[in-house]
Amino acid sequence: MLNYIWFGLIFISVVVGTITGRIDLVTEAAISMSKTAVEIAIGLIGIMALWLGIMKIAEESGLIKIIAKIIKPITIRLFPDVPVNHPAMGSIVLNMAANMLGLGNAATPLGLKAMKELQELNEQKDTATDAMCTFLAINTSSVQIILPATVVGLMGASSSEIFITTIFATSMSTIAAIFSVKFLSKMDRFKIRQETK
Amino acid sequence: MTESLIFITNQMSKYIIPFLLVGIPFYGLIVKKVKVYESFVEGAKDGFDIALRIIPYLVAILVAVGMFRASGAMELFISLISPILNVIGFPAENVPLAMMRPLSGSGSLGLFTDLVNEYGTDSIYTKIGATMFGSTETTFYVLAVYFGSVGIRKSRHALIAGLIADTVGVIAAVYICKLIFIA
Repeated sequence: MLNYIWFGLIFISVVVGTITGRIDLVTEAAISMSKTAVEIAIGLIGIMALWLGIMKIAEESGLIKIIAKIIKPITIRLFPDVPVNHPAMGSIVLNMAANMLGLGNAATPLGLKAMKELQELNEQKDTATDAMCTFLAINTSSVQIILPATVVGLMGASSSEIFITTIFATSMSTIAAIFSVKFLSKMDRFKIRQETK
Repeated sequence: MTESLIFITNQMSKYIIPFLLVGIPFYGLIVKKVKVYESFVEGAKDGFDIALRIIPYLVAILVAVGMFRASGAMELFISLISPILNVIGFPAENVPLAMMRPLSGSGSLGLFTDLVNEYGTDSIYTKIGATMFGSTETTFYVLAVYFGSVGIRKSRHALIAGLIADTVGVIAAVYICKLIFIA
């Protein structure tokens, strides 16, 4: 899936760029974006270290286990293949809480910690598990209940009007994410294959 | 009512990080006698590894998306798809943002800024755009970072599910805004 989309994006870019005479810009974008990617990753180091450090304290003091236990009724349904008291559950919840409050900086490190813990349960290390796909889909659907600071900045006084509409739309997208991930995971073409090509 | 809700949630988000930064070490050290400094350093060590690990995935995704945007393919695609979306009541003014949102955070913020400058903050198009912005995510970036951090190359159905969620989010944004703001 991602193979075709990735190739498709590049292929279409080169073809369209040639036709529109913007092939220079396409080349330039390829080079500058590869730089940007590294800059983003390097920029993450500090904030990652901060939250992973705090999370380690939360883990060793047993806080994560307590949180995991509290939200068991929800996670047991969303992530049936993860043991109920697994630390991944605690990280997942903290990631979602950070996302809801619009704390993107904290959400990413917490999410990556959750991914690391989910990976420990994974038998095929290069293939996403059902739980990972569910977690990712919920994340990409944006569970934010606070308007993004950038939007508030641009909208000014009108931002209060879009509070309700955003909650509605984001609830719809999250529900869609959960249903589609559950449905798709049962489709043949998305099943985990033991043999790799 | 919504104003006070926004005020409360904004206040909450202002204090939540300091609260976590002090609350977690407090619980660790005072309640559970954990060696908090040593634990912190131990955990923080992973930050560097994770950041390095996501680089190849980020390069792959950001380069492809960047090339696509630079080539003008986006505009072409939008001009093709707009008439179809118009039939189901999706305003042409909001198509670029809806298409850009899963691909690029900075790109979609730029398009949203354009909407504000072009139509003002009271316009239905701006409100739809703001709602879209808050209810969807840059799916490709999240996929690259999250899966990349643990070396997952086969993403299975995660991308398609994320894109379905984005689609539902933008459509819901259009309809709820039309319902509420065009009475």
